[in-house]
Amino acid sequence: MTAGCTTIPLRKTALNAVHRALRAKMVDFGGWEMPVEYSGLIAEHMAVRTGVGLFDVSHMGDIQLRGPGSLAAVQRLCMNDASKLAVGQAQYSAMLHPDGTFVDDVVVHKLSDNDYLIVINAGTREKDVAWVRRQIGHMPGVHVSDYSDMYTQLAIQGPKAEATLQKLTEAELRGIGNYRFAWGKVCGLYNVMIARTGYTGEDGFEIYIPSDELTSARVWGEVLAAGAEFGILPCGLGARNTLRLEAAMALYGHEISETVNVFEAGLERYAQLDLAAKGDFVGRDALVAIEAAGGPKRRLAGIEMVERGIARDGYPVCTVGGEKIGAIASGSPAPFLKKNIALAHLPVRYAGVGEVVAVEIRGQLVQARVVALPFYKRTKKYA
Amino acid sequence: MAYPAGYRYTKEHEWISVEGATGTVGITEYAQNSLGDIVFVDLPKVGDALEAGKIFGSVESVKAVSDLYSPVSGTVTAINEELKDAPERVNADANGTWMLKLALKDAGELEGLLSAAQYEAFIAEETGQ
Repeated sequence: MTAGCTTIPLRKTALNAVHRALRAKMVDFGGWEMPVEYSGLIAEHMAVRTGVGLFDVSHMGDIQLRGPGSLAAVQRLCMNDASKLAVGQAQYSAMLHPDGTFVDDVVVHKLSDNDYLIVINAGTREKDVAWVRRQIGHMPGVHVSDYSDMYTQLAIQGPKAEATLQKLTEAELRGIGNYRFAWGKVCGLYNVMIARTGYTGEDGFEIYIPSDELTSARVWGEVLAAGAEFGILPCGLGARNTLRLEAAMALYGHEISETVNVFEAGLERYAQLDLAAKGDFVGRDALVAIEAAGGPKRRLAGIEMVERGIARDGYPVCTVGGEKIGAIASGSPAPFLKKNIALAHLPVRYAGVGEVVAVEIRGQLVQARVVALPFYKRTKKYA
Repeated sequence: MAYPAGYRYTKEHEWISVEGATGTVGITEYAQNSLGDIVFVDLPKVGDALEAGKIFGSVESVKAVSDLYSPVSGTVTAINEELKDAPERVNADANGTWMLKLALKDAGELEGLLSAAQYEAFIAEETGQ
């Protein structure tokens, strides 16, 4: 290191020491030192598909909007229609740039009338908070708070998530529907937010507990103990990525970014463009113009390798004749499906299900085909 | 012992064990651990000529792909066919799971490789421990 050069230390969650004690492999993820895997990515992935897994997702950010103007502020900031939310309900949404590309994708929770919690991505935290303040700072009756560092956020995911968490809470989890949340006593902590949300394509919960190390480590340990009979595994970002990819859920910087618009990402079902229903929001004009012009020129396509080879992030996607038509946004072996899958934004004429394309893997064209999304959809609903 | 004393090592994390004029090549414990779950090993064909320090194949885990570099020059005499269907064997036993055998072209090239102690020191330096 040269004199005068300052290295910004990686940020750590309250569970950092716990991850290290479990001998997790740690990586830099968006400025955070996070566990990428513990016992092994495939075992962790399978635990979530067939049993239950536990993730530390405390690096996610939390912005709260409060006050009589909070709904108007959420509606201005995010593309989905938050007026449809009941208290205790959450929705997938996104904050857009004026050109219809993504600032970030978010989950909006309606805590009560005039009180909303927006959960944002880790790597975009500062940018998002600044964006929120800039866009709605002038609006009356809304107070913006950044509570990102106040919560340890744990994701308990898998078909046995409910049975695991139910042992630790008096709240009746059965009664919490998908993308709904409630408050209850968890591990002796009062008023814990328990949301039936996640990023794995599986049933599961995300809980928000105080971010002090002692409490965080205690709850982490109690969840692992409660899930032991179901073969629970602590799971890292590696499995989180392959799980969300099988479920075709977007990852910021890959399927969605500042260069991909809502239609290109295939997420327009989460955008309410009807002015009468929702009102104006940042990015709406651009989306309306894209729609009026006949839709986007490229679309997110699911790709499954036909020939042997693994498509990885950034690899060129070509016609079978070798003409470059796009690049892999995310690609990986899919541990549960046991196929090599990928997502890529392709020109509309190549993005239809059944199209045959090729992925250039280290100089070789390897045949692939466009398949329906998501690659994986859970069959069983929670009880 | 994570790194058998009888093997020689490359800075790209391959090992080679030599008997007579035949070398047997695999990847190290450090390499398999860094890669994580291995799902695909791409190897050359019997009869292919390998050159010391040049890429001869690749190994892929769920997370990443990594090139394989030949420790020495020679001609491939056998490849481990078991790895086609069971690449995870490399994770289970990196030292005992060979990838290919080759007829050495110049045994003198072995002297340019690392001993087990040198390799361990090299890794310690790489990982800052």
